[in-house]
Amino acid sequence: MPSLISFRRRIATVTSIRKITKAQQMVAASKLRRAQEAAEAARPYAEKMSAVIANVAEGVRGQAGAPRLLSGTGSDAVHLLIVATADRGLCGAFNTNIVRLARQRIQALLQEGKTVKIFCVGRKGRDQLRRQYGSMIVDTADFMGKKTIGFTDAANIARKVLEMFDRGEFDVATIVYSRFKSVISQVPTAQQLIPAPIEAIAAGGVQQQYEYEPDEGEILTALLPRNVSIQIFRALLENVAGEFGAKMSAMDSATRNAGDVIGKLTLQYNRTRQAMITKELIEIISGAEAL
Amino acid sequence: MTEKIPFDLVSPERLMLSEEADMVTLPGADGYFGVLDGHMPLITTLKPGVIDVTGGTLGDQRFFVLGGFAEVSPHKVTVLAEEAMPMTDVDTMALDERIKDAEEDVLLAKTEADRARAVDTADALRTLRASL
Repeated sequence: MPSLISFRRRIATVTSIRKITKAQQMVAASKLRRAQEAAEAARPYAEKMSAVIANVAEGVRGQAGAPRLLSGTGSDAVHLLIVATADRGLCGAFNTNIVRLARQRIQALLQEGKTVKIFCVGRKGRDQLRRQYGSMIVDTADFMGKKTIGFTDAANIARKVLEMFDRGEFDVATIVYSRFKSVISQVPTAQQLIPAPIEAIAAGGVQQQYEYEPDEGEILTALLPRNVSIQIFRALLENVAGEFGAKMSAMDSATRNAGDVIGKLTLQYNRTRQAMITKELIEIISGAEAL
Repeated sequence: MTEKIPFDLVSPERLMLSEEADMVTLPGADGYFGVLDGHMPLITTLKPGVIDVTGGTLGDQRFFVLGGFAEVSPHKVTVLAEEAMPMTDVDTMALDERIKDAEEDVLLAKTEADRARAVDTADALRTLRASL
């Protein structure tokens, strides 16, 4: 039978764990609100952007000089996967889910005989992918020590990606991130960035006859790289919101679990204590009787 | 008097301004142009410069933008700015820093197009600095 002191110690341990998870949960809840607002504030820009690109692309589609960011390189042998995860753990299966989706895609692409390159954004994804696919990781980025992700952070990542594209290091770029559906539900999603998916473009936006200044081609050349930054930015914001959502529910259930464990331990502790008292009493009584 | 025209100024991080104005002046790729209600539909890239909002509900306002693009339809103007700030928030120290950065960009630019863009940015920043 474990001693009383060891029970007391375990109860104290679990109690302080519960305090930590409770605090983590509350921190996540307040950060979640801010992250959600940021994700929503970024939406008008992204929507306008795709509507305008839809309009402009309509005019240029099929022409010989269409920018490569729209029409692609004409092959799809080399794929770049941008895997965006969180930098921190303690958020349930959030990172694992993203990495799992990325892994499935990598396997599928490898089976088709394509070359895969990985760009890891976020520390956790890099750590998980490094063991299995270390040789495919071409670049990494993380936001450790940063309070909020600004547009410049996304633009820096986009710049690296576009430089790689210009050097012809890949043909197709896809970003894997977690779409923020609600606080309790984040859906790992893969979204193609380069070439800009045409069916999505065709679906979005009203058609209107515009004057262009300078011409369509030049506007597209200016817009498409910016669109890549915007899409990455949006994915990162959704990720942050999702991370805090996941962390909140993970920490909530951890707090509840800790409560259950404390209850069970306290019960056991009391029983053990009572058993010892009873034992001592029996010893005294039987000693007295023997006299 | 013509109708007012709704004007949205959006930056990647948030919607910065949404209001109705008599006229909006934008730094277009081929020079500054004013937009009144009933303008022909137009999509243009923006140079670094100043956006003037005249006769808005909150009075006249000026914004500094570092590039972006504008979508003008007859009854709506939308500016998607890469970076924008109200002129009142422009801070000389930060601006001097930016001018220095921009001048370095001019020296470091690899292609002719990059260089031209960097020169434009530096010029716009200097004009802005001078106007303060």
